[in-house]
Amino acid sequence: MLEIKNLHARIAEDGTEIIRGLNLSVKAGEVAAIMGPNGSGKSTLSYILAGRDDYEVTEGEILYNGESILEMDPAERAAAGIFLAFQYPLEIPGVATMEFLKTAINAQRKARGEEELKIPEMLKRVRAAADELEMSMDMLKRPLNVGFSGGEKKRAEILQMKLLEPKLCVLDETDSGLDIDALKIVADGVNALRSPDRAVLVITHYQRLLDYIVPDTVHVLYRGQVIKSGDKDLALELEKNGYAGVIDAAA
Amino acid sequence: MNLHTQNTLTEAETALVNGYSSRFSDLPGDADVTVRRDEALELLKQGLPTRRVEAWHYTDLRRLLSVVPDFKPVANAEAVAPLIENALILPVLNGASHGRPAGPEGLTVATLADKLQEGALSAEWLTPSDRFDAVGAINAAFVSDGYWLNIAEGAELDRPVELQNIHAGGQVHGRFVVNAAAGSKATIIERQTGVGDALASSVTHLDVADGAHVFWILLQEQPDDAAYLGQFTASLGKDASLTLFILNSGGRLVRQEVKVAARGEGSEFRLRGVNLLGGETHCDVTMVLDHLAPDTVSTETFRNVVTGKANGVFQGQIRVAKVAQKTDAKMACNTLLLSDDGGFSSKPELEIFADDVACGHGATVTDIEKEHLFYLMARGIDEKTARGLLVKAFVAEVIEELEDETVIEALEARLVDWFAEHG
Repeated sequence: MLEIKNLHARIAEDGTEIIRGLNLSVKAGEVAAIMGPNGSGKSTLSYILAGRDDYEVTEGEILYNGESILEMDPAERAAAGIFLAFQYPLEIPGVATMEFLKTAINAQRKARGEEELKIPEMLKRVRAAADELEMSMDMLKRPLNVGFSGGEKKRAEILQMKLLEPKLCVLDETDSGLDIDALKIVADGVNALRSPDRAVLVITHYQRLLDYIVPDTVHVLYRGQVIKSGDKDLALELEKNGYAGVIDAAA
Repeated sequence: MNLHTQNTLTEAETALVNGYSSRFSDLPGDADVTVRRDEALELLKQGLPTRRVEAWHYTDLRRLLSVVPDFKPVANAEAVAPLIENALILPVLNGASHGRPAGPEGLTVATLADKLQEGALSAEWLTPSDRFDAVGAINAAFVSDGYWLNIAEGAELDRPVELQNIHAGGQVHGRFVVNAAAGSKATIIERQTGVGDALASSVTHLDVADGAHVFWILLQEQPDDAAYLGQFTASLGKDASLTLFILNSGGRLVRQEVKVAARGEGSEFRLRGVNLLGGETHCDVTMVLDHLAPDTVSTETFRNVVTGKANGVFQGQIRVAKVAQKTDAKMACNTLLLSDDGGFSSKPELEIFADDVACGHGATVTDIEKEHLFYLMARGIDEKTARGLLVKAFVAEVIEELEDETVIEALEARLVDWFAEHG
């Protein structure tokens, strides 16, 4: 489903290279974990997948279902099924959460040539998804993410993911700022989305989240490259011995 | 009126001065009113103010109003649909009031023409506040009609009153006088609009007596070729409150002056404004607020959106008198500049003579936050729609803090209309 080949990317503004020849392949149905120390390029990778223009791809290719996405803008990628759950979801004053959800869902449906959802059906779906994530509808009457706690923002991201039903979910440090109860709720939300035609990329610094969202593959990112890949045991090994051993072995 | 003697009058100045002699016999008023009109004309004969006059620094009226249309309307004017469905409409069409329909209990309505004729109005109201008061002078010289409203002591109007000043080209000069007696409560909507090339002026006097509460919504939606000169004057009594909401979304040249005096102890003034500026409009909001008594509170927030070649101005002057201790005043003017060809000038001024006050002001000019745009697009919302959402959100914040749900919805609908046309 996702094929990243020899990707090089830099910060557009100052030319600093962050991704330096990254290779990664994720199949449909797979949950892949990307782990790595701070500054290894994890968040950058997630932004590049979503199409943020602060980063410039200088070399290599990102194929999604066999097609390059490099020329697509963020909205086109989202409509194609790529979803990024932000590490720091933004507060947008003045945009009501419900209006935002409605606009996003229908924009994607329209881009895919599907009929727009009517308000009652929309409300029904939002209510069901919010219930599962133990979010109150009152929260959704507020402006988008405004005044939400860190945990509420993360839940709101997962709520959007459930409603938008993407094919490739990229979770950027979804566990940061979550207490253990919230972490379980969020993980349940993600696990419910696991399906043979959907892939999930879990980007995380710690192994903790992977106790709840058990990955099929684990990849260690360091200085903009995948330096080691393995199964879920690799995450446990990293938890025990830290990144140093893996980094030294790769050097 | 100019600082320097003008040797020759502009085409507009000449038309106004000459127009007075031909218009005069049709204009209502007793002898006292006539004296005031003549005095106002004397000011006009000295020429309109230029940018050398401080209050007109960003709006060179002499240059921007170089020609004026003929006094005669081009067509019949018709009342427009009210902002709030059940409002009592009081229309002034092409400068003439139309009827005095029965209003809600506690409201007395008279036409301004009758009041001028009877000499029943304080003639001082027709005296320009100083020699650069061009809006007051033009209106005083030519005012033909309008409405006079009295809201009885303790009355709470059960539905809004909508004052409409509507033109179909030509010149209209209207005036509204509203007395909200002690303990009364009312929502008043003022509409300034029309069709075609026009010069419209409108002056409002509002008295909010002790303990009275007024919510005033001023919608200025002039057509692209019209010039509009507005002046809103209000006086607040003890524990009185006034919320004034202004929406400017039209006009070639707009000057809206707001002069408020918080005279009574514990009075409160809230000014909220949205300027939606597109095309080649020049829109100037100039406020002078006097805190004249202790424990008075004021907040002023403007949100501006500038597109095309539009230019906006906000001048906000807050004066705190020596007796007005414990004054709390906050002013903010935020602009979203969406075009390299547009501009916005903001000039806050604080004059504080009391020593125990809290006064602050701030002004920002920004573009849409890139991160916000990315976030919305990452959810599949195309760039144009995402930008529209963010621009609307920027101004909607000011509207959403108003207290009346019906008003909020009605105003947001106007936003949607404007963005559909200019977005």
